[in-house]
Amino acid sequence: MSFPWAKPYEPTHPLMKWMDEKLPIPRLVYNATGPGYPVPRNLNYFWNFGVLAGAALMIQIVTGIVLAMHYAANASVAFNSVEHIMRDVNAGWFIRYAHMNGASMFFIVVYLHIFRGLYYGSYKAPREMVWLLGVVIFLLMMATAFMGYVLPWGQMSFWGAQVITGFFSAIPIVGEPVREWLLGGFVPDNATLNRFFSLHYLLPFVIAGVIILHIWALHIPGSNNPTGIEVKGEQDTVPFHPYYTAKDGFGVGVFLLVFVALTFFSPNMLGHADNYIPANSLSTPAHIVPEWYFLPFYAILKAFTFNFLWIDAKLWGVIAMFGSIALLFFLPWLDSSPIKSSNYRPLYRIFFWILVVDVLLLGWCGMQPAEQPWVILSQLGAIYYFAHFLVILPIVSRIERPLPMPNSITEAVLAKHAPDTSSASATA
Amino acid sequence: MASESELNAGIEDGVRRRDFINIAAVSFAGVGAVAVVLPLLNQMNPSADVLALSTTEIDISAIQPGQAIKTSWRKQPVFVRNLVAKEIAEAKAVPLGDLRDPETIDQRTKPGKENWLITLGVCTHLGCVPLGAAEGENKGDFGGYFCPCHGSHYDTAARIRKGPAPTNLVVPPYEFTSDTVVTIG
Repeated sequence: MSFPWAKPYEPTHPLMKWMDEKLPIPRLVYNATGPGYPVPRNLNYFWNFGVLAGAALMIQIVTGIVLAMHYAANASVAFNSVEHIMRDVNAGWFIRYAHMNGASMFFIVVYLHIFRGLYYGSYKAPREMVWLLGVVIFLLMMATAFMGYVLPWGQMSFWGAQVITGFFSAIPIVGEPVREWLLGGFVPDNATLNRFFSLHYLLPFVIAGVIILHIWALHIPGSNNPTGIEVKGEQDTVPFHPYYTAKDGFGVGVFLLVFVALTFFSPNMLGHADNYIPANSLSTPAHIVPEWYFLPFYAILKAFTFNFLWIDAKLWGVIAMFGSIALLFFLPWLDSSPIKSSNYRPLYRIFFWILVVDVLLLGWCGMQPAEQPWVILSQLGAIYYFAHFLVILPIVSRIERPLPMPNSITEAVLAKHAPDTSSASATA
Repeated sequence: MASESELNAGIEDGVRRRDFINIAAVSFAGVGAVAVVLPLLNQMNPSADVLALSTTEIDISAIQPGQAIKTSWRKQPVFVRNLVAKEIAEAKAVPLGDLRDPETIDQRTKPGKENWLITLGVCTHLGCVPLGAAEGENKGDFGGYFCPCHGSHYDTAARIRKGPAPTNLVVPPYEFTSDTVVTIG
């Protein structure tokens, strides 16, 4: 599970020896995040986001368990119980705002983590399984976040539940019964709220389980790095502890600064005022939008306003939206280039940045009402999104001529820090 | 302990007693597991009290021509609209071939009561409540209902004309129990 030069775990204290024979957890930690786990020596700050995502999940679990001690999952009192947390429970306002904004922070770091994976080709062999498990975690996160957003039982909660469970009614024949089965009724109601609370409490632990698999799969080949060149020898690595525990610790500090700034100074910036109005099943808010982290996918859903072939617009929208995420499962095989890092991929790099702009554009369109010019922009954005993965990427990865690459991580690092800069330009 | 000869009893036809017992035991356990999953899944379907809310009576005597009210059935919004002659004529003037979900206004109302258009107020796209029932709300490009969520336009017979919704607003099952009372469900 590691490189041959990894420092072996040798407990000296009799208690640690005794423990090692009975339940070798200290050995596991030592070999996974301690001196016994060698990691490429050149990781930049983009490699902090995995640890930050783990920290965000822990914050969500801790604040969530505490909130569940005061929240009541019943349609007649849920809204008031959230207000009770905000006004009456000691430090309740802080815990709820931390949980609310913690969800946003979790998505921010996960999106940056995915960005890192895409830019540096971390999804490629031998790390395909790491990527696939990551997409599973992303899907679980979206389900968990959606169900959590329903719990305060405000207007956005209710209508979000109505619209998102409505996706399933697009499925021919079985769609409507499936929707009623999910809701436990004909509209979101008490049965819906109760089951969403149950699942919202369960799924974070499922996510934690898949994260363990994600890290396990990662630790077999070890981390990718900014050059995308695999580790060739001991000189290419440093032990995880103290080098990356220190670097990650610094990253966690910066993350917490941003998190508390958001929580204390602008706790409702990323939310919607309509969710402070109790749910009303007879009145839809004038403008319903999902939470910011779903906006690009929501724009893809809204891009289909016309029937095409024998499939109606509604089903197309739903297929495209789920397809835009399902597509990510195939990414390791759509990109056939053996070069991982975009630093050495001049052509791919251009399209990669266009994709980033495209996703931001889709996010912007997702916020807008279903009118022109937003509809046509969403349509163009959605076309480009799919074209990037299904057309551009397979072609680019075949015709691209990569830039000259260093022979090893060490060579790249030394060239970067060489006093003579004239010979180092190729790796800049 | 079974002797070798007992274990191999009936081996002539290639099937040992133990193979049969293995397959039978695992199959039985499999059927049992499926039987246990069924109630675990079925518990999520609408419960008896939710299903019990299935009929609603509405007094329509106060609705003037050109007006509409919003009420609810099974906790879903219902629009009851008293159409004026012009709206009925507009709906009749549309060729069926132009419709995404072809239905005449006669199919969507009761005989002799074709001014009473009763539909669910649930957009067939993703379930928002369309505007157009209350005074002064946007009725969309076709004078019926307009869903602000994703821009579906319905005409004066609440048929889908433009936007992402696949079908017309649903006409729930209902009866006129008298001239002024409608029972939905």
